[in-house]
Amino acid sequence: MTALLRPLLVPVLAVFTALVVGAGVIAAAGASPWDAYTGLFQGAFGSARALSETAVWATPYIFAGLAVSLAFHAGLFNIGAEGQIAVGALTAALFGYGLPRWFGSDLPALVHLPMTLLAGVMGGGLWGALPGWLKARTGAHEVINTIMLNYIAINMVSFLLNGALKDPEPGNVIARTPLIAASAELPTLLERYRVHWGFVLALVLAAGVAFLLRRTTLGFELRAVGSNPDAAAAGGIPVVRTTVIAMALSGGLAGLAGAVEVTALNHRHELGFSAGYGFDAIAVALLGRTHPVGVVLSGLLLGAMRNGATRMQFLTQIPVDVISVIQALILLFVAADVIVRKLYRLRTPGERVALTRGWGA
Amino acid sequence: MERRRLLFIAAIISVLVGVAAFVGSARVPPLQIIASMLSTTLAVATPLTLGALCGVWCERAGVVNIGIEGTMLTSAFFGWTAATALATFTAAPAGLCLLGGVGAAVVSAMLVGLLLSVLAVTFRVDQIIAGVVVDLFAVGVTGFLNRQMMFEHGGLFGGVAPQSAGVMPHVRIPLLADLPVVGPIFDQQPIAFAGLLLVALTHFVLFFTRFGLRVRAAGEHPRAAATVGIDVRAVRHRSVLIGSAIAGLGGAYFTLESVPSFEPLMTNGRGFIALAAMIFGNWTPLGALGAALLFGSAQALQINLQFFREAIPESLSFLQQSSIVGLLPYVLTMVVLTGVVGRTTAPAADGNPDDGRG
Repeated sequence: MTALLRPLLVPVLAVFTALVVGAGVIAAAGASPWDAYTGLFQGAFGSARALSETAVWATPYIFAGLAVSLAFHAGLFNIGAEGQIAVGALTAALFGYGLPRWFGSDLPALVHLPMTLLAGVMGGGLWGALPGWLKARTGAHEVINTIMLNYIAINMVSFLLNGALKDPEPGNVIARTPLIAASAELPTLLERYRVHWGFVLALVLAAGVAFLLRRTTLGFELRAVGSNPDAAAAGGIPVVRTTVIAMALSGGLAGLAGAVEVTALNHRHELGFSAGYGFDAIAVALLGRTHPVGVVLSGLLLGAMRNGATRMQFLTQIPVDVISVIQALILLFVAADVIVRKLYRLRTPGERVALTRGWGA
Repeated sequence: MERRRLLFIAAIISVLVGVAAFVGSARVPPLQIIASMLSTTLAVATPLTLGALCGVWCERAGVVNIGIEGTMLTSAFFGWTAATALATFTAAPAGLCLLGGVGAAVVSAMLVGLLLSVLAVTFRVDQIIAGVVVDLFAVGVTGFLNRQMMFEHGGLFGGVAPQSAGVMPHVRIPLLADLPVVGPIFDQQPIAFAGLLLVALTHFVLFFTRFGLRVRAAGEHPRAAATVGIDVRAVRHRSVLIGSAIAGLGGAYFTLESVPSFEPLMTNGRGFIALAAMIFGNWTPLGALGAALLFGSAQALQINLQFFREAIPESLSFLQQSSIVGLLPYVLTMVVLTGVVGRTTAPAADGNPDDGRG
């Protein structure tokens, strides 16, 4: 086996095992696993439209998976992608419909769109930087604080979307912002398909994160702090600053996921669209072994499953929720790789990695 | 629980109750509002208390549990399903159906706990990730089964109309329930009372029994515990199972005590508020109860304000929004973690997979 393929082994076997167990669940529910998985495959890859939709689904997973991965490299567990996506989407939507009003005139897309996306990055980035700063300055654990900030974000967004930022259109009862200006819309890649430039941006940023981590001083500092903060500090790396930057970048990537969903798809922020992305992002990051290429692949896989699930439900009456079960199984087998290694008689690697060190550390 | 934190909790609850009494005074006598606030607080704090106790049991033994939300969601689902199935397919009286539901809730929660402890203790998987696995599983399994069992073809309730078993009846404690103002506190449903009892029981077991000492030893210094012959793994497994059983009761609150139905994702973050309550209460059962009551009183304020909506002055109308009072638990927990309101100390080996076996 070549060295290039070795890191793929456990994730691929984990996905395979999860699909086998999932087939058991489907059979127990009274449907044919073969039909279900055929439907899933057709729904995800069976046509040009299906491929386009898979890319649309995968885009936020890739952004958010990159966000979680980047934090992991700095030794930080970002459970807050959901909140960061919500805040990023909110600031992007605000700039998307608000900027022309504040300026009193239409803006060229060349100015408006980048500013809108940047607003999303800033919103998510600040939402991520806060727990990073608290961690670095007071030792308050980022896992707790990012969980808390998820719910603070949800409540805050709900307050604003029901109040100050609510779409004033007569008869609107939905908690959502007005539509963004056309100049803030992220265009589609192809005519008649929904796949948009956000997907390309996600791939570019995956390469960007890989470059940052492997080829820049900041990336080195991030990884140094991640593997041993004391040693990094002794080596002259500013741990506080690095921790804050890592969480800001992580939150910024998640915020961009929200901004892209707003500018490319919904063209507004509707309450609740970000629900569940936080944990999905963790699954994507871990399945991708926190490597940018891995994240792209696992983001595509999850996107494909979510996209294909509708057709599967249509054909076999198996609820789309079975995908969540399979996804949990995948994460289970990736996290507890002991099970997979025992099952397939693989050699166990010498070192075991603990990502977090409890609330205190 | 240090005095400063306790005073802080008491002060905020008083302020919230005071706000309710003040705002509603134009419509309802203040004493009646205070009584209603206290009783609502205790009721809505129940799942928070039970969830936080689960956290105390797990983390005192050294196992971080962010799967409380998933544990409660799972048990809410299976509790409701069991009670409804009993009511639909048997002639058992409602009380027995509900009891069966509670049993199913606790057992399902323990199975979820087993998953967590096998991952975290046996396989030494990163405990945060193990918790995420639990939460993802809960969302997936309950969502899947909830939809599947209604399908005409192959579903549990396919083709029949499910019969609701209703909710737990109120239990009045004689004499105490007749007291003015505080009376409604003693007129609650059974799981609410069980929560208070379990707080006392957990406090006693953790701090006054040999088993409790072993649990705390496993959470503070597993190496030392192993050296004196404590089977750290076994202690941790047991603690997680005990805690999860308690969280199962918390899950049963949602579908057997609060409302007689199940909806996907109905725990709606309450498991994470419970986690916050445990931290806020500094990993002690009494502190967890205090924090749960504090967070519960914020929710009670919002619920009570709905009753006299028209009487609320314009400047205070934002208090009716669940998203505003809903912020309180999370903001307070973040403040507490920064060390402003007294120190917060987690068990030393919380989250540490070391069990002294090398």
